[in-house]
Amino acid sequence: MIDKMLSRVNADARLVHRGRWVNLTFVLGIGNDDYLISIVAGKITAIRRRHLATDTGEFSIRASTKSWAKHWQAVPPRDYHDIFAMLPKQIAKIDGRLEPLMQNLQYFKDVIAKMRTEEGDTNGH
Amino acid sequence: MAIDFEPMTGRYFTLNSGGSEYRIYMEEAGIGIPLLCLHTAGSDARQFRHILADPDITSRFRVIAFDLPWHGKSNPPKGFRDSDYKLTVTGYKQIISDVCFALDLHSPVVMGCSMGGRIVCHLALENPEYFRAMIALEGADKLEPYYNLDWLHRPDVHGGEIQAAFVSSQIAPMSPDEYRWETLWHYMQGGPGVFKGDLHFYWLDGDFDERSPQINTKACPVYLMSGEYDCSCTPERTLETASRIKGSKVTIMQGMGHFPMSENPALFKTYLMPILSEIANIPA
Repeated sequence: MIDKMLSRVNADARLVHRGRWVNLTFVLGIGNDDYLISIVAGKITAIRRRHLATDTGEFSIRASTKSWAKHWQAVPPRDYHDIFAMLPKQIAKIDGRLEPLMQNLQYFKDVIAKMRTEEGDTNGH
Repeated sequence: MAIDFEPMTGRYFTLNSGGSEYRIYMEEAGIGIPLLCLHTAGSDARQFRHILADPDITSRFRVIAFDLPWHGKSNPPKGFRDSDYKLTVTGYKQIISDVCFALDLHSPVVMGCSMGGRIVCHLALENPEYFRAMIALEGADKLEPYYNLDWLHRPDVHGGEIQAAFVSSQIAPMSPDEYRWETLWHYMQGGPGVFKGDLHFYWLDGDFDERSPQINTKACPVYLMSGEYDCSCTPERTLETASRIKGSKVTIMQGMGHFPMSENPALFKTYLMPILSEIANIPA
């Protein structure tokens, strides 16, 4: 399910353009599973499930499976509608080196929101 | 082809406040009860353009919206480069009082949003006889910071981009895309460190929950209005504030975020008009 993030992001030329300075791997935590999302010049080049403890990224954004499912609904409920609405409610958590996240915050929020569909995603991943 | 001018007019004036001289930009439209509008932290009075252009409001109210010093088209004081901007309760109250005095406003209504919604309660507490009523949009008497303000002003993060990205979380997902991005554009244009300086008041210097019960709402009615999707001044915080301000009236606006007047002006109007009608019937 998470794989569709790659095709959706890379098909959005404007989003890729906004992320043209982004070259890194970050960790998206969905429940107990971590995914390493690698980006080169705004395009996602790989999404891998984390297997080794030494596999990591510049920063991580984590939430429960149910929370991401709400975030990815077509019209998310309040507190789940944006990562920075999830943080103060402790629904999501960020860690790591935050500079690249903050330098490209709207880009990363939009990349993750690409999982959002008109039908919503009730499975999370 | 004739130009279809919008009804508001913009003017500059010099304001002496707190020992400094400021060149202030203001817009106004309408006749009647003065309705002074206070913009959010890090933005400017353009947020109120729909209120200023609405004949249903301007037929009864003289709507005035000004840019605070350092914001929009108002200047910072001379020598601003020698200090960091930091808004305080004392300084903010002084500027609003001085603007009311300079414009010779009698029994005005003050409608402020976010930090403007916080300061109106301070004003209601201290000078209830002067003001006709207060409308606190997205204003609470107690708030909790949830990110480090230093992210807003540092050389390796674009101030305009990060400000817009932060506050985009406070806009309701169903608000019209056009107005969402107009609201964010204002944030993209703020001066370096100004949003951070405003949030000093909003998050660190503005709490007054212990004094809220002292507000005399018989002398100065207080209306609290907050959006369902506001993750800063949440509905819960607004309701808690209302429980402390005895006699206040509270409205939770469904499908609305932190910027009602600019993110969804049509929906906001449906909530605002009954309150303005009620205020218009209050004796001066």
